[in-house]
Amino acid sequence: MLANAFFALQQQIPEGFAPVTGGPQIEQIPAAPLVIASYAFFLLLMVFYLWTIWRRIGKVETEMHALERRQAEKR
Amino acid sequence: MKKVFVPLVVVVAAMFVAAPIAIAEADYESTMLLVQKIFYFHFATWMAMTAAIAVCGVASLVYLFKGSKIADWCAVASAELVVVFGIFGLFSGSLWGRKAWGVWWQWDARVTMATMLVLVFLGYLMVRKYGGPGSEKLAAAMGIFGAATSPFVYKSVDWWRTIHPQTTVMKTLGEKWPGAWLLVLFCSAAFVLLTVLLLAARVRLEAMRSRLDEMYLALED
Repeated sequence: MLANAFFALQQQIPEGFAPVTGGPQIEQIPAAPLVIASYAFFLLLMVFYLWTIWRRIGKVETEMHALERRQAEKR
Repeated sequence: MKKVFVPLVVVVAAMFVAAPIAIAEADYESTMLLVQKIFYFHFATWMAMTAAIAVCGVASLVYLFKGSKIADWCAVASAELVVVFGIFGLFSGSLWGRKAWGVWWQWDARVTMATMLVLVFLGYLMVRKYGGPGSEKLAAAMGIFGAATSPFVYKSVDWWRTIHPQTTVMKTLGEKWPGAWLLVLFCSAAFVLLTVLLLAARVRLEAMRSRLDEMYLALED
């Protein structure tokens, strides 16, 4: 009986917002953006990580060349 | 490694082109439908992370007790990969959880422990960067304990009540859904080979840094 009363109360439409029509609705979270975001994030992460490795190797190489020049001048 | 590096790059690149196509063509899972397709890279990234953790643990042990420079380079390189793959694992899990659990984040035993594991290896890298002289040995100890923690993370879903799928999902997948099982194996193989490539590139960087230090010392003399 309490359940019926609760259900009847739920059926009353609150003021202000547009009501749902055609029975109870279940909210759905779209899956496609989540799947795309996951794979796109992986791609971006790998590109970024490879870029950081490439940049760090480049920095060390530049420093090594500078040192080699300084060593050559010293001789 | 130099001889196989380029062919391996080609193989891994081909695998990473083929994997998304195969994933797109794979059947939907019966209850989760499209969002379950996150699983293929999500699981594979944890496999890659596990491989990197194993390398870091063993290399840290070798460095601590034998003092091998190469082991130290492997340890720091693999610790970085643990963090990179861990970040993707947590991110992809969060996206999957948004649909499957209805939330972006859940303080579930597996999710929380996996985060802690990533933080341990992030700590390893911070010790290496800011720890000053002798930080290599301190970091090696962190690498060993980080590796020792990983089996607990794996078994957490069986030991505690969690909403994360249990390890039995993977054990029965081969029988229930052979197509998905093969695809998971393929993606995992691609990720592990990618780990090998990235590890080789990072170890080369560490070797170059070591050579640079030697050059500075030689110049001072």
